[in-house]
Amino acid sequence: MSEVILSANGLTKTYRQRSGRFGFGTTLVKALDDVSIALKPGGTLAVVGESGSGKSTLARCLLQLQPLDAGEVLFEGRNLAAMSGAELRSARRHLQMVFQDPFASLNPRMKVGEIVGEGLLIHKLGSVSERRDRVMRMMERVGLSAADTHKYPHEFSGGQRQRIGIARALVLEPRVVVCDEPVSALDVSIQAQILLLLKELQAEMGLSYLFISHDLRVVRHVADDVVVMHRGRIVEQGEVAQLYADPQHEYTRNLLNSIPGHRQMAGASK
Amino acid sequence: MSALLRIEGLTIAPAVDPSRSLVNDVSLTLEAGRTTCIVGESGSGKSLTALSVMGLLPPALQRRAGRIVFQGNDLTAYTQSQLQDVRGKRIGMIFQEPMTSLNPVLNIGFQIGESLTAHLGLTGKPLKDRVRELLAQVGIPPERADSYPDELSGGQRQRVMIAMSIACEPAMLIADEPTTALDVTVQAQILSLLADLKQRMNMGMLFITHDFGVVSDIADDVVVMFRGKVVEMGPVQAILGNPQHPYTRALLDCVPDAEGKKPLKPIDYAWLNEHAA
Repeated sequence: MSEVILSANGLTKTYRQRSGRFGFGTTLVKALDDVSIALKPGGTLAVVGESGSGKSTLARCLLQLQPLDAGEVLFEGRNLAAMSGAELRSARRHLQMVFQDPFASLNPRMKVGEIVGEGLLIHKLGSVSERRDRVMRMMERVGLSAADTHKYPHEFSGGQRQRIGIARALVLEPRVVVCDEPVSALDVSIQAQILLLLKELQAEMGLSYLFISHDLRVVRHVADDVVVMHRGRIVEQGEVAQLYADPQHEYTRNLLNSIPGHRQMAGASK
Repeated sequence: MSALLRIEGLTIAPAVDPSRSLVNDVSLTLEAGRTTCIVGESGSGKSLTALSVMGLLPPALQRRAGRIVFQGNDLTAYTQSQLQDVRGKRIGMIFQEPMTSLNPVLNIGFQIGESLTAHLGLTGKPLKDRVRELLAQVGIPPERADSYPDELSGGQRQRVMIAMSIACEPAMLIADEPTTALDVTVQAQILSLLADLKQRMNMGMLFITHDFGVVSDIADDVVVMFRGKVVEMGPVQAILGNPQHPYTRALLDCVPDAEGKKPLKPIDYAWLNEHAA
């Protein structure tokens, strides 16, 4: 069990969708179809796929933010899906998430210091002054200043908000962080800063990342292992360099060929 | 007739604060049958430059100086009604968000037909035929003309936007980040569709993006903008292969490559400011 910190076995999740005339009928959409993954401690596992492939559903199901239809999620050997509410809450201290949209995922009515410190409060970690110290340290670590704790989210740019989102997740010193498209809403220049910050923090704090992205260039830089999803199924998985160099599945090849900038390297000029 | 579009010394500033230029002395040219990409971060003024070509600047912003010469005529001297005649007919525009730029309560056939009726006076059967032809051209089955935008996928909606913009066979197409909201595989399809249409109709294309991968796929010429100014421009091989300006180099350094060999470098703005001054 020591080699895998978080694993999922046979996850299945089906959504019911209204269809037909006036929405009287229903169709079942399989968002996850027998999905199994394993995350190594200190490593980064990337999940790639197009919109609708089930990658965000996977993230939510792993953290039990959504109920599963079938399958189990093992975090350090314990099944999250079978835990009670209280057990799950305490386990979540070690399972944090960085969300995609830095504009929608921060409460506009809370000060940044409160947002970052809320997790500490909920898990009753430390005294008031200890909590404040940890929030300050984390803020400075992600490149914001102590004075920023008294501001509101709308006073920050997209990149800074994503730093706040990272600080909020990491102040609890989690073991596993699920990053759901953490850089896709950002400019390329800001994207590089955030990716490097995530990498540094991973090395410092020994974090394991589950990194969800549709950008294969970003994935190539951050991931150790890659899972390719298509229509709720895993079509291919493997070590990142190998998968990029020698994709086995037709769909993976198609994805890799669609990376912009490929055509020029292939020497074909339009 | 050398250049299709020539922007000379374009300067845009907020009406309330004329000294703070958002676009500062921008000049560029575009030739028929070629693609010029404007690259830059958000806030660099690339979208404002494109909007001002169409005379679509928001009322709070003003063009302080500069000329926009399209097919030999200065568009900045045009009245609103003269501009109406240019928009959609001689210059087409594709917007960034295919989800929000289509009217949800009108079917796509009507929306594509609108500019044909307005500019070319087409009605009835000829109009229907032309709409079907346009849909086929962008790869949507013609019988989908009665569909509403919510019945289409993101890629299909962007194709509808392209069909609308090329309906009157404009001489120039402005595309403002047309693929940013799309999946990579769909993005590749849309880019090759645009390249194909450009060739077939000999259009000039002004393409706005922040993705250097896209630039290397479709551009003939590149204009790099930084804080409202053009810092570098030239043919695509020169800019990507041998960038001269430190900002272009810094921007290229933050783009992750598909091989994962290049170390990522974030932009060091302090250093840039020092050298830009």
